[in-house]
Amino acid sequence: MKNRPSILLIAASAVLISVVAIALIGNVFSPFAVTDQNLLGRLKPPAFLGGPEEYLLGTDRIGRDMVARLVAGLRMSLLVALAGTLIGAIVGTVIGFLAAHFRGYVEEGLMMLVDFQASLPFILIALTLLAFFGNSLILFIILMGLFGWETYARLARGVVLSATSQPYAKAVTSLGAHPMRLYIRHILPNVASALIVQITLTFPQIILLETSLSFLGLGIQSPNTSLGQILGDGRDYLSTAWWISVWPGLLIFVITLSMSILGDALRDRLDPMLKVRTT
Amino acid sequence: MARFWLIKLARTLLTLWFVVTFTFIVLRTSGDPVMALVGPDALPDEIEQFREQWGLNQSLVVQYFSYIGQMVTGQFGVSLRNSRPVMEIILERVPWTLLLGFCSFALAALVGIPAGIAAALRRGRFLDRAVMAVAVFGFALPNFFMGILLILLFSLVLRVLPSSGTGTFWHLIMPVLTLSTFTAGTLARFTRSAMLEVLERPYMRAAAAKGVSSWRRIVFHAFPNAAIPIVTIVGLNLGQLIAGAIVVETVFAWPGIGRLLVTAVSARDLAVVQGLVLVIAFTMVMANLAVDLIYGLLDPRIRGGGR
Repeated sequence: MKNRPSILLIAASAVLISVVAIALIGNVFSPFAVTDQNLLGRLKPPAFLGGPEEYLLGTDRIGRDMVARLVAGLRMSLLVALAGTLIGAIVGTVIGFLAAHFRGYVEEGLMMLVDFQASLPFILIALTLLAFFGNSLILFIILMGLFGWETYARLARGVVLSATSQPYAKAVTSLGAHPMRLYIRHILPNVASALIVQITLTFPQIILLETSLSFLGLGIQSPNTSLGQILGDGRDYLSTAWWISVWPGLLIFVITLSMSILGDALRDRLDPMLKVRTT
Repeated sequence: MARFWLIKLARTLLTLWFVVTFTFIVLRTSGDPVMALVGPDALPDEIEQFREQWGLNQSLVVQYFSYIGQMVTGQFGVSLRNSRPVMEIILERVPWTLLLGFCSFALAALVGIPAGIAAALRRGRFLDRAVMAVAVFGFALPNFFMGILLILLFSLVLRVLPSSGTGTFWHLIMPVLTLSTFTAGTLARFTRSAMLEVLERPYMRAAAAKGVSSWRRIVFHAFPNAAIPIVTIVGLNLGQLIAGAIVVETVFAWPGIGRLLVTAVSARDLAVVQGLVLVIAFTMVMANLAVDLIYGLLDPRIRGGGR
């Protein structure tokens, strides 16, 4: 077993840290606000390709600075993915705990829901709900939270079922502890590592889901912006202004790639059982 | 044996029932179904006729059952935009998606499975690392971005391929390439791990000891056994393929059901959305049933085991 992190892992972490830093303070690279339009400076190429100096990465179809837009889009994409991941993890874990606690019909019912969700591609469920209920930022974030809860539910239920038969859980229960205390203080810490691994694996998937939907024009709506939406905007200008699509695409790719590398490494480290099985 | 098929069939029906119930609940909780399916500018008699036809004047329970009846027989109503029956609109798009999906899957299998076998045989060496690196890239590269990059390269810089639409064989290349990447990556990964597991089995050593050539050992001894888990992945991948088609068909203006779904959702043409969801869900559930049955045929151990 080597415990030194690989170069790949270090690179992935560095990329993620810089991405978060850009989301937080990226505006220092742009003298413009996201909404600043410059109709005389439309579709200008990036500064390093001979465009105007103040537009580091070029401008879009109404002369907005690409740096400012990318920072705003990155913030939105990261926030939505973060919120979606957390909602999914919490809801899924609670449902898994409930299923394992009540057993019987409650468990059967909840597990049927899990099977249902797993039987369809989530983008189909998402599109149906968006079509029927319309789109708003809150609804969209909740929708992202619905993604992947079933994995957490299965995971949490399985762990509780195997833990409750163990002596420590019986001891806690026989001391008169409330079931809530057993789940939160004693069982949750045991599932924590598996949950964290699952979170790092779900996060890039939610980024991909959000950017896909926004790319199709069915996710984040203007005046808000997301990386996927900017990319979708740029589709009509590929022949004249490729940078509008390529910058957000590269950002999405770099984020999902480093997050997957990080997730795989975490899984190998926190879950030795899985490592034996998969490699 | 019969028990195995029956359980599978029951689960399939249960899932279908869930899907129909899901669309019913969504339809009834999102607003007035008449407004949703007939449109805000419908004439009063049209509305009355619709209420009559869908049994909307009856109790919710009766409505629920008549809804199930309508959906099972494929009466999805008419499109808001051109008043054509939804089923007809969907059916004329299906061949395009089948063509795209079939070609993509074939390409993914032709590339992914041999790549996975090769990686397993060269475990830990350069080839293995290269195949796995490409697979990870394929997972992380969003299909819409890959599509855009292909268009930039082949249509705008090299000017060798049409950027969108249909008509010739050349139109098929970029959508198929885009759609097959993810599937090829998944197949390569699973083939690799399935092969690795099989290669360590005693019967492989026995075959080697008997003097079976290494080529025969791989093709006739290892691969058939490794193929069993790969079959399930094929079933799971159908969902990925459909999800991918939704995006890829939009990028390349391919006239399949994925693009139809996107345009229907953005136009809020709810009858079409509902029909598509049911048709896609039905296809997926049936494909999974088929995979389960094939799995049962390939591996007799599964049949006895129930779930």
